Amino acid sequence: MSDLLLWISGLFFVAGGFFFVAGTLGLLRFPDVYSRLHAVTKADTLGFGLVVIGLSVRADSLQTVVIMVLVWLLVLASGATACQLLARYAHEEDAPAEEEVHGAD
Amino acid sequence: MALTDWVFDGVLGLLVVVLAVAVLYARTLYASIVLFIAFGLLLAVVWARLGAADLALAEAAIGAGLTGALLLAALAQTSTTPFAEQRSAHWTRQRWPATGLALLVGVLLVRSLVGLDRMAEPGLMDAVTQNMADAGVGHPVTAVLLNFRAWDTLLELVVLLLALLGVRQLATKPLVIAAPWALLEAWSRILAPLAVLVGGYLLWRGSNYPGGAFQSGALLAAAAVVLRLNHLLPPVRWSSWGVRILVLLGVAVFLTVAIFTHWLGAGWLNYPLPFNGLLILLIEIAATVSIATTLTLLVVGEPDEVRA
Repeated sequence: MSDLLLWISGLFFVAGGFFFVAGTLGLLRFPDVYSRLHAVTKADTLGFGLVVIGLSVRADSLQTVVIMVLVWLLVLASGATACQLLARYAHEEDAPAEEEVHGAD
Repeated sequence: MALTDWVFDGVLGLLVVVLAVAVLYARTLYASIVLFIAFGLLLAVVWARLGAADLALAEAAIGAGLTGALLLAALAQTSTTPFAEQRSAHWTRQRWPATGLALLVGVLLVRSLVGLDRMAEPGLMDAVTQNMADAGVGHPVTAVLLNFRAWDTLLELVVLLLALLGVRQLATKPLVIAAPWALLEAWSRILAPLAVLVGGYLLWRGSNYPGGAFQSGALLAAAAVVLRLNHLLPPVRWSSWGVRILVLLGVAVFLTVAIFTHWLGAGWLNYPLPFNGLLILLIEIAATVSIATTLTLLVVGEPDEVRA
């Protein structure tokens, strides 16, 4: 495998890692349930997607790439659904939002 | 081993221990259960790192997923206080004796681990490898579970059945299922067929690769639970004959094979050679169906209707 490809995949890993760290920081530091959920689901989806791209560049066969993309799609959809579920529960339980940012709801 | 491996395994091991402590000392029972699920998933990764793919699958499906769901269901059934106020003074008083007992068991477990390296040397691995040709399946773990030590697996199925009968003796509250929600319903319509697909794959693949009845059954049960919680399945009750037949099928088929091999063949669960693969597949399919139904009943089973 050429060095160029390795470098490209490395860049994607670093970018993916950045989003995971950012999401974790958001989970720990953001003030209320809704923004924490936003941080963790968005960042994990994007971070994981970037890692999948990085791995795809290194993959031996197209089959591996397809499997990884399918796994990513599954994580994407289940993460989004779980986020909605948690947010809905929090909303029903009147979990305080930092400010009433979701006034349109 | 590379440095990155050491770092990864070290962090993983540390996280497992930290999570184990966190499960015991979390403020609320609800938080404990969520941490327990995370603990189980990390434990599955540990098994995968050790090369024990069968155990990793079982731990993820049963240890983390299903036990987590069961604990949450039990919490919902028993609790009258809000989640935030649980973990009473009662527990605080029992905490130290419990810790002492856990430490004692821990010491005993570590002691038994010390000799394990030496014991494994002559080991049973050779015996298994030598007999693989007659096992009827290509994966050594499946060969042990369903052929060489099939008796153990039969007893495991009986234990599962007894657990279900035990739970039935407890008066359970009727299941309260939240009103359906379009997004979740749509997602479960995608998720359930996927779970059936993966469950079937695990069952079929179990003959030659990691996988098998328990992992597959847990996945199918998860699909059934998701569908039931979204009102896409009718209530599941022990009083229905169909459910009873499905629950008993695994033990029934296993015992029938055992009795016939004893009566006509070489002995209790010694399968006749040309049919061994077929018999194992038959037992595995029946066991999967029973495990799936039993686990579904344990999580979302409704109490029987009281007849006037």
